[in-house]
Amino acid sequence: MPDFIVEWLNSNEIFTALTLMEYWDGLVTTVHLVFLSLVIGLIVAVPLAILRTVKNPFVSGPIWLYTYLFRGTPLLIQLYIIYYGVAQIPGIQETFWWEIFKEPLYPALLAFTLNTAAYTTEIIRGAILSTPNGEIEAAKAYGMNWFLRMRRIILPSAARRAVQAYSNEVIFMLHASAIASIVTIVDLTGAARNIYSRFYAPFDAFIFVALIYLALTFILVFAFRKLENHLLRHQRPANS
Amino acid sequence: MKKLLIAASCAMAMFAGGAQAQDLRIAFDVPYEPFEYKDENGELTGFEVELASAMCKELEANCEFVIQAWDGMIPGLLARKFDLIMSSMSITEERAKRVLFSDPYYITPGGWFGPESFNTDVTDLEAMDGKTVGVQRGTTMDTYVTENMHSAVTIKRYTTAEDMVLDLEGQRIDVAFVDYPVGEQTILNRDGYKEVGEPVKLGEGVGVAMRKRDAKLAKEINAALKTLKENGTYDSIMAKYFNYDIKI
Repeated sequence: MPDFIVEWLNSNEIFTALTLMEYWDGLVTTVHLVFLSLVIGLIVAVPLAILRTVKNPFVSGPIWLYTYLFRGTPLLIQLYIIYYGVAQIPGIQETFWWEIFKEPLYPALLAFTLNTAAYTTEIIRGAILSTPNGEIEAAKAYGMNWFLRMRRIILPSAARRAVQAYSNEVIFMLHASAIASIVTIVDLTGAARNIYSRFYAPFDAFIFVALIYLALTFILVFAFRKLENHLLRHQRPANS
Repeated sequence: MKKLLIAASCAMAMFAGGAQAQDLRIAFDVPYEPFEYKDENGELTGFEVELASAMCKELEANCEFVIQAWDGMIPGLLARKFDLIMSSMSITEERAKRVLFSDPYYITPGGWFGPESFNTDVTDLEAMDGKTVGVQRGTTMDTYVTENMHSAVTIKRYTTAEDMVLDLEGQRIDVAFVDYPVGEQTILNRDGYKEVGEPVKLGEGVGVAMRKRDAKLAKEINAALKTLKENGTYDSIMAKYFNYDIKI
């Protein structure tokens, strides 16, 4: 940072260059964590959602159980179990797994990914199930096999219907990531808590971080609106 | 005549009110053994609770004890939910911007605790390079490590001592730097753990916190604490709970 900004910042008590850097590092961690878990979650969720619609209960049953478990328990509990629970397994410290689970980032990433994948699976499944019968029948009439129908007709059509519900899931995930600070990750909320406990200024520390979350949400809402306009442009009235 | 009587009795009531003992609500965050905790009968007890009782007697005040979680301590005080905090609140510059502190009434050192296998000199920054140190967020130990060791070690901050002990057991941190009595209660009583460095006396000690405007009350409290420290009451309470000196 340029010197004059540093000087100006140091003239107030709380928002010094040092604390702003802490918020910045927290922002990077939050975005990193949320982005990775959403991307991996989505990649996992698409095949799971397709398999969830299969009629064979030995295929759809386990996926139902998985989404039920992860949607049926609080994310905080899942994170606690993965972070503290795994460390209590006897002998884990001697295995290579410990290299992964030692750092708080990976347990948190795992919990977030499994959680968001469970929700996304159900969102996409709902969209697949609500595909108009006429579209499927038409595809069958063209002689498309199951794979081709899925790829050309059902999934593109389902994606359009899922995008609005999915945008909510993305925003929820951003806000749910605040609990990462429980397991010593210094994300945005973790930075705010550190600064709060140093200066005993709850309003300053938390309102500032709330504004950052608002800005992030604004970016997400804006991006999803663009995406919806793009995907649903065939539904727009003519000449608009 | 009747009116006069009423007026007179009102005036008397007002004078009587002026001389009446003041009401003080004192906040504690429990459990924080041996400073404040509930005994097997559910009664609030501990070093600071007994000291608070003795102080109230000295002040001739009616005291009520309130239980308040740590995170809401200073906000609760400022919102007038209670009048005093006697819950092991260390006097720091940052806190003193929001509340008024009495003279310190005790100081406990910070202690270094780690597994038996830990043999590094914690005061040697080069030897400590790359180690992970656990502290409780916002404590004087946190400030010390943040200011003096951040270039060499990774600092992990915890809300509760229990979470930190779990991560010490899980080897996510190499060493914990906590308030000595806390470490004694939560780490030293486990097998395979020891003190790994000299205790460090940090900060200015623990004081009674009150609202900034209560300057008169602060003077009375300082006088009461001084009397207790001098007449032996303080020493006898301290002897009940500690085998080391925390007097300041």
